[in-house]
Amino acid sequence: MAVEDIGSGCSSSGDQEFHVLAVDDSIIDRKVIERLLKISCCKVTAVESGSRALQYLGIDGERSSLGFDELKVNLIITDYSMPGMTGYELLKKIKGSTKLRKIPVVIMSSENILARIDRCLEEGAEDFLMKPVQLSDVERLRDFMLRGGEDREVVGCKRKTRDDSCSSSVLSCDRDHPLSPISVSAMAHCKPISKRSRLLATD
Amino acid sequence: MEIVGQLQKQFVDFSTSLYGEGFLDEQYLQLQKLQDESNPDFVCEVVSLFFDDSEKLLNNLATALQQQVVDFKQVDAHVHQFKGSSSSIGAQRVKNMCVAFRNFCEEKNLDGCLRCLQQLNHEYFLVKNKLETLFRLERQIVEAGGTVPVIVA
Repeated sequence: MAVEDIGSGCSSSGDQEFHVLAVDDSIIDRKVIERLLKISCCKVTAVESGSRALQYLGIDGERSSLGFDELKVNLIITDYSMPGMTGYELLKKIKGSTKLRKIPVVIMSSENILARIDRCLEEGAEDFLMKPVQLSDVERLRDFMLRGGEDREVVGCKRKTRDDSCSSSVLSCDRDHPLSPISVSAMAHCKPISKRSRLLATD
Repeated sequence: MEIVGQLQKQFVDFSTSLYGEGFLDEQYLQLQKLQDESNPDFVCEVVSLFFDDSEKLLNNLATALQQQVVDFKQVDAHVHQFKGSSSSIGAQRVKNMCVAFRNFCEEKNLDGCLRCLQQLNHEYFLVKNKLETLFRLERQIVEAGGTVPVIVA
């Protein structure tokens, strides 16, 4: 296993610094995700709950926030299992908000439950990452944001990746699989195969 | 062999045994990759958070299992949290014990849960001890003027 040059990421993308809002009730996981994101040259705001996240984003109650641009959030990455509001509930609130629904949301979970993954993707999550989250996952998120963060069509698995190893996937994906265009994000190639088959069946 | 060399060898041998015996897994190596000159104490900081969190969880578990009427959902929630945090730092044996524990929670098996808690305590304090030894060795190497060897999978 080679030692990666983790310092190089920051200079290669020019001035673009992405702001990621990370939501996780675990202080350990918050620290790790924060470090992963900082290494990938993202500005990070880490909060401990869905309600704190909504407060930060300015959609709790009637408080209509500082100018939205001031706290421009490029991505929200949230744990699924949290007390109070789950990551799924947070996702629904964000996608249900005219102000916030364009912000891509990524869910993290330590449990590989297909129904859970499906539910989140159907509700508009960009991706579903298995914990523990790896540097390669975060680098993929960064690539996604660099591409404009709105990639919703994918044909096959021809996504360009620096690192083809799928550390967060359950099953390795069959890259020769001739997928017709499906309306999920380019990052979703790491979904379990049965999920992909189900999507194909509905096309 | 001069002192730095001896310490470094001790460190490598000890680390290797921790991985070999399943105390630590790949995730601990991943955390090392996140540490650099700008964040030289990252792993130690994360592990310290884990120690604090774990000890709270173990207390909460003991309390929850001592209730007249045990709320297995609550017990499971604590174990789930412990499973997550141990997984995040690569404490493999602790994580595996949590998996077994959750099964007993699902079955609402109080005896099973109590046994698991005992074993979980044991595994946790074992790995805590080992990690403290590891950090001590690292400190000794640095104080002796050496660099800490990088463990590769």
